[in-house]
Amino acid sequence: MKIAIASGKGGTGKSTVAANLAWALARSRDVALVDCDVEEPNLHLFFPAATTDVPVTTPVPVIDPARCTLCGECGKFCRFGALAVVKDCVLTFPHLCHSCGGCTLVCPQGAVREVPRTIGRIACSRPLSRLVLISGVLNEGEVQAPAVIRAAKARAEGHPLVIYDASPGIACPVIETLEGSDFCLLVTESTPFGLHDLRLAAEVAEEVGIPAGVVINRSDGEDAATVAFCRERGLPVLMTIPFSREIAAVQNRGGLIAALLPGWEERFIDLFAGVSP
Amino acid sequence: MIVCITARAAGTDAPVEERFGRAPYFVFVDTETGKSESVENPLINAAGGVGPRAVQVLAEHGATVLITGQVGGNAAKALEAGGIRVYACRGGGSAADALAAYTAGDLQPISLA
Repeated sequence: MKIAIASGKGGTGKSTVAANLAWALARSRDVALVDCDVEEPNLHLFFPAATTDVPVTTPVPVIDPARCTLCGECGKFCRFGALAVVKDCVLTFPHLCHSCGGCTLVCPQGAVREVPRTIGRIACSRPLSRLVLISGVLNEGEVQAPAVIRAAKARAEGHPLVIYDASPGIACPVIETLEGSDFCLLVTESTPFGLHDLRLAAEVAEEVGIPAGVVINRSDGEDAATVAFCRERGLPVLMTIPFSREIAAVQNRGGLIAALLPGWEERFIDLFAGVSP
Repeated sequence: MIVCITARAAGTDAPVEERFGRAPYFVFVDTETGKSESVENPLINAAGGVGPRAVQVLAEHGATVLITGQVGGNAAKALEAGGIRVYACRGGGSAADALAAYTAGDLQPISLA
């Protein structure tokens, strides 16, 4: 079972839900929690522990000047500007490369080969006896978030229960996270912006072909528009977390409401029951 | 010598564009013959990496001098490797005005290092 947690809008509580759900489930079974928000991973803040790091590399081109005739085909092909044929050399800009491999295919001289380049790392830890945390970390200035997400997800393969915490938005990193998931939990909040982006995120889950359900976080009790949207789209509202100072206080010191506030461990177990087919 | 001026439209009467990689047009002027050629920039709506790709357009047209407002880091690296010198034109005016200012020695070079 693989559950992806997404939202569209940032700051709605994806990581809160992911961390509390993982903690509650890990009380009774093995859980792998994967931080797929590789540009700003934060789940380790809830689960401080020593990590083992594995580098993530992607292939980037190098030019063999003995074979290169400066024909310019590679530079014309690359839509990311990672190669430029100027005067008497081919310049490469590895940090612009998306590792599509196209330059190696279009070069008529076979002068382009690929070498691995480190763009990030996977940090693995075991903060609880039955919880494995796998955090993808993309190095600053790098563009290939999906490659790090793929590597982090691959690391969790084989675990019977995996929770993926997606990045905000609905772009490539979120789609990469959702692919191969069995269920998508969409975390929203009681604001027009929350609903606007919930709509977008629900469309993405539908497009990827994954059943979805909704968690309303920081609910001020005025969720009629969100509930109506969910009803219209056939999305079950699986949990509502109130807008509460008590919850915020636990959260803000890096605590877990499932561990520290009565009743919430059970609520997160119930949330999982709502997700399981 | 071929000079490239970034411009908002085609022709030497077009106003100078201060952006390099996303300039709407590159106006190439051959200073020996006085002939000019305007090339529409295919990169204005590209997602990224426009700097090195724009330099490649300049290299293909044989430009050795670029007159523009400012260039980014990737473009600077490619311009330096391509042996293209860059001069700053930030006061407005047409491509022809910019070329005249360059010829008169009134434009400041932009350091690529």
